[in-house]
Amino acid sequence: MTDFSRRLQDEIPALRRYARFLIRDADRADDLVQDSLERAIVKRRLWHKPESLRPWLFALLRNVYLNQVRRQTRRPTEVPLDQVFPQAGRGEAQTSAVMIGQVMAALDGLEPEQREVLVLVAVEGLQYKEAAMVLGLPMGTVMSRLSRGRERLRRTLTGDSSPTTATLRRIK
Amino acid sequence: MNAAKRSITEQELQAYVDGWLSLSRQAAVEQYLAEHPDDAARMRDYRAQSEAVRAAMRDAQPAVVPERLLRAARGGAAVSRGGWLAQTAAAALLLAVGFGSGWTVYGVVESPRDSWFAGVPADTELLRVATAAHRVYAVEVRHPVEVRAEEEHLMGWLSKRVGRPLGAPDLDRFGFRLMGGRLLPASSGAAAQLMYEDGGGRRISVYIETHPSDNKVAFRFAEEGGLGAFYWLDGRSGFALVGPLQRAELLDLAKAVYQQIEM
Repeated sequence: MTDFSRRLQDEIPALRRYARFLIRDADRADDLVQDSLERAIVKRRLWHKPESLRPWLFALLRNVYLNQVRRQTRRPTEVPLDQVFPQAGRGEAQTSAVMIGQVMAALDGLEPEQREVLVLVAVEGLQYKEAAMVLGLPMGTVMSRLSRGRERLRRTLTGDSSPTTATLRRIK
Repeated sequence: MNAAKRSITEQELQAYVDGWLSLSRQAAVEQYLAEHPDDAARMRDYRAQSEAVRAAMRDAQPAVVPERLLRAARGGAAVSRGGWLAQTAAAALLLAVGFGSGWTVYGVVESPRDSWFAGVPADTELLRVATAAHRVYAVEVRHPVEVRAEEEHLMGWLSKRVGRPLGAPDLDRFGFRLMGGRLLPASSGAAAQLMYEDGGGRRISVYIETHPSDNKVAFRFAEEGGLGAFYWLDGRSGFALVGPLQRAELLDLAKAVYQQIEM
């Protein structure tokens, strides 16, 4: 097996997670991952090695996904996020299952743009410039979506509806 | 608005939450947060949110990677020796080890490595031993370490027994002071545990062992019942940093350990 294939295999869990987050259906998400892996093999020379592989793959997967969405005439019904990522019998953890459920429901209430940035940064550990690359956005936009999304999430969870200073603060 | 507030941007606060700040900026942000409890509370909430989303999405991850995806990643090329059955079995074994012990191991399903054929994957075993040792010794009031940091022969002794030169990472700037170390039994012979404590009495430990075979595994994070751990394999050495800390805080410490311990 080539080094590239080995690296690809290492990224499969992250790709499946991201695909499920986008599509919200496990089988169709795996179809998307398969399409993306096949495309990655074909396009592997376009990946420049010192660059981290994950953002490159995520951008590729996202493009495949957006092309599929464009071809569809009707949007599928959205499954709530906490059903897409159900809580399998968690033991005692730092974060309780109840809190996790609440956070996932609140995450679902965010603007899709904010939600996606948060997931790329907080779950997949992408750097801001990598997230910007995946989403095809300037880094400033990513940063403002991130801080707005986080603050909105926090306010939903704490039941605070007053206007926020943080989201209005200018990002330098 | 004071000088500190103006010098810290919202972008830096976000980077603090995600653990991307340089050490010097991190210190500046921490000082700022110490003086601004509202922002400090906000950052704590953000970190908790991230932990929750991460836990939800990573835990729900289906265990075994379907063969069609593994094949797609291989580019439909001839199946490598061992074949997909061995890979699936290896993945299942890692899951069994990871979850059987109650651990949430992130990024579990991996391609097989040579060391796996020896049985238990080296990195999971490392994680298990390092955290078990932490649980046993971190709670010790009188004898948390075998040899105290003040005794000059500590590192020389551990280096000799573990079989590689060791320097104790300096974690003072994070508020963690070296208490000392001890020798532990490991499958490969002897391993070392260095114990650190901060002003609040929190203890973290650095675990180091050596292996006969060469192996590289990048930073991994795992958590179980209030303990977090970063662990990695680098050549013939394996490392783990264990402590009752959140991921972002532990990551900063792990990076510092990594930078200082590689010689």
